[in-house]
Amino acid sequence: MSAFRDAGHLFRLAGVFAAGVLLFLVLRSFLVPKSFGEYGHYRGNALAEIAARPVNFAGHETCETCHADVLEKKKDGKHAHVNCEACHGPLAKHADDPSSVTPAKLDTAVLCVRCHEANAAKPKSFPQVVSADHSNGLPCDTCHQPHSPAISAEAAK
Amino acid sequence: MNLTRRHLLLLLPAAGAAWKYVLAGTPEIAPNYKLTEHWWSMLIDLTKCIGCGNCVRACQTENDVPDGYFRTWVERYHVTDYDIENPQVDSPDGGKKGFPPAKDASGKNFFVPKLCNHCADSPCTQVCPVGATFISPDGAVLIDKTYCLGCRYCVQACPYGCRFINPRTDTAEKCTLCYHRITKGLTTACCENCPTGARQLADLKNPKDPIHEFLKTHSVQVLKPYMATHAKVYYNGLDGSVR
Repeated sequence: MSAFRDAGHLFRLAGVFAAGVLLFLVLRSFLVPKSFGEYGHYRGNALAEIAARPVNFAGHETCETCHADVLEKKKDGKHAHVNCEACHGPLAKHADDPSSVTPAKLDTAVLCVRCHEANAAKPKSFPQVVSADHSNGLPCDTCHQPHSPAISAEAAK
Repeated sequence: MNLTRRHLLLLLPAAGAAWKYVLAGTPEIAPNYKLTEHWWSMLIDLTKCIGCGNCVRACQTENDVPDGYFRTWVERYHVTDYDIENPQVDSPDGGKKGFPPAKDASGKNFFVPKLCNHCADSPCTQVCPVGATFISPDGAVLIDKTYCLGCRYCVQACPYGCRFINPRTDTAEKCTLCYHRITKGLTTACCENCPTGARQLADLKNPKDPIHEFLKTHSVQVLKPYMATHAKVYYNGLDGSVR
């Protein structure tokens, strides 16, 4: 067994290596978050953290629980499928506390042209106007009611 | 300050408590939300897009996206005389303030809203060296910003240019498909605010979702199919010139 006669230093080296591996495993079990690998090679809790962000736009279903009258006005008009916050802006805070947070008054001169100003890239079927020629500077809501914008025969008189 | 061994030992329990909090995190996503019952995607009907920029503004408000950076944006294409290899594309401020009148109304003009394609086989998650970005079990490509080093590999890997480095946090950022909204049963901020219904959130695992009927009856395309990313943002009426 002459080959192993001077092998003592190898055993010591193996011992140091084993201790190193053990230390690595111990540290790893402490340092790697518990949820890492729950769903894949990432921290599972990240999903809940991303989902915890507060909501700014309440969603039209929330609006409609209180503002059924507006829903009624909209339902037969061209804007039936335009959701509330598309024009009124983010109002989740208003939905949470309707009395202290009130929506700002909207300026139809700015709002309507965002969608309806003529542009060659818009689909041809979409109603478009050149605002400068269309109303002689009158605000849109002189003739059109935004919740149901078609001009009725009665109002046109 | 002289930090003695005694002081250091006194600090240990506090550090231990803090670390335990870091390890634990926040456990539950949302009540009644089952990760395995959804596979999210989006449908964009280009024949309805009017380039109003509502989606871009809504996204920036909802997700606190810094000015000049975009998780979603709208491009305007101008293609002349069948020259689909050389479209002229503009997107002033991401389309956030709408678009000025076209310089040339002849030829073909149309809008293309863009966002993260939430690829089922996403190049950006494959290159992350630290496991900071991942495809969630319900099909959203997300970033764990506490793990992200800001190394920018993913920004380069995305074939659609959908990622950026947030200058405030120095970590990668992208569309989360409004994960905080869809897990609560709401639609995304961009879809909620699209006035023409050009953008629609869709759940491919929900058999009642109208997307199944739509995909069956329309010619629908994804961006850069040759990249084999299995993108899940489906475009109806996509022109061959769109890059």
